[in-house]
Amino acid sequence: MKQEKRNEAYNRYVEARIPKTKAWPSLFNSFWVGGLICVIGQGIDMLILYLFPYMSQQTAWAWTLVVLIFLASFLTGIGVYDKIGKFAGGGSIVPITGFSNSISSPAIEFKHEGIIYGTCVKMFTIAGPVIVVGVVSSIVVGIIYWIVGLF
Amino acid sequence: MNQTVEFRNRPKIIGSYSIVGPKEGAGPFGSYFDYVMKNDLFGEKTYELAERKMFEQAVTGAIESAGLTASQINLMLAGDLLNQIISSSFTARDFSLPYLGIFGACSTMAETLAVGAMMVNGGHFGNILCATGSHFSTAERQFRFPLELGNQRVPTSQWTVTAAGASVLSLEGKGPEITMATFGKVVDFGIVDVNNMGAAMAPAAAETIFTHFNETGRKPTDYDLIVTGDLGKLGAEILVDLLEDKGIKLGPNYSDCGHSYFTREQDTMCGGSGCGASASVLNGYIIKKLKKRELKRVLFVPTGALMSTTASQQGESIPGISHAIVIEAGGK
Repeated sequence: MKQEKRNEAYNRYVEARIPKTKAWPSLFNSFWVGGLICVIGQGIDMLILYLFPYMSQQTAWAWTLVVLIFLASFLTGIGVYDKIGKFAGGGSIVPITGFSNSISSPAIEFKHEGIIYGTCVKMFTIAGPVIVVGVVSSIVVGIIYWIVGLF
Repeated sequence: MNQTVEFRNRPKIIGSYSIVGPKEGAGPFGSYFDYVMKNDLFGEKTYELAERKMFEQAVTGAIESAGLTASQINLMLAGDLLNQIISSSFTARDFSLPYLGIFGACSTMAETLAVGAMMVNGGHFGNILCATGSHFSTAERQFRFPLELGNQRVPTSQWTVTAAGASVLSLEGKGPEITMATFGKVVDFGIVDVNNMGAAMAPAAAETIFTHFNETGRKPTDYDLIVTGDLGKLGAEILVDLLEDKGIKLGPNYSDCGHSYFTREQDTMCGGSGCGASASVLNGYIIKKLKKRELKRVLFVPTGALMSTTASQQGESIPGISHAIVIEAGGK
């Protein structure tokens, strides 16, 4: 009991001493880099439609995602994306490029443990939870959608 | 004295060697290290192999600086951070040395020297080699995230240094003397944040330093330098506070290897960490200063966090440990 009190007091003391992240500069960098990635995406989409005028918008969007995913993996491979991430934080994690980075970085990191036990097993260690949450929440939303449709 | 041992035969550190990575070499201690690697891979295929090669070079260097050959080493005491301390054990295999693997996380350098000093002092072994090291990239992949993941480091985090250090202990020969050791208890004040190791380990350092002064009747001013291992900026500040509460005032002669390891521009948040931090500063900087007699009596108190990724993920708090050794310039 005495020990629990001591630990609580110590944790409170440490919490008060921890240097805080400067919120506004990080939010600002996150905002403009995230926005820039979206603008690049829009640019790619428009370029695809310009080059292939008969392509449907749906197909152009799919190709845009492919290009963005490729670019992010490429930048991860040449060691640039982690620097962008360090600067922009959530701004480069939230867009699909961040998802691409979270899969390609462990794939590169663990290639020494072999293709199966290294790359394939570790590839989704970071992105895995995101995929699970995505699938589960889409099921929940689907059920709600179905119930709403009954009335 | 309960936890403190005195070495009447005064075992000497007759050989020492430090090797660090390029980022570490660019830090404030850069010019004191014996060897600075040109890149983190050190010509190897994986970072684990690079860590081992670094370890081997530290061992070779320390043995050479003692003027001995590997066959004259009677026992090797070593540890590191990788699972099952592979860097140490694989090095011992390659040198074909009698070996005791020691795990004290980042306090390993003091633990090996304290145990080694007892064995040498007791006359059981002639020459004992003590070594430890850590590598940024192997630690990151074992404890944290892939190197290329674009995430941000929190302000309390520390940078595992790429460095190794080794010392040779003997009663014969010349060098700084280990005169005392205080073995620490495992102390846990309930910190669960793995990105705040300084706060998790500071209570262990406070406990050991307090016990040391209590049992020896000494005070902080009896030392030219009191140096912890890798508490980092925050941990070092907390230690000063904790000791003040116990009535011990650390003055300007107190310093932390991790906190001083990098410059502000090197952007490592709270500073360096890892077995290699205290090992390389001891073998690179402190021992050289003791030999030149610019320092006469040093209290070396590195700390270790005795956690594992499994325990942390299951929500367990982080126990800390700290051992202190007294090193004196000796002679005259």
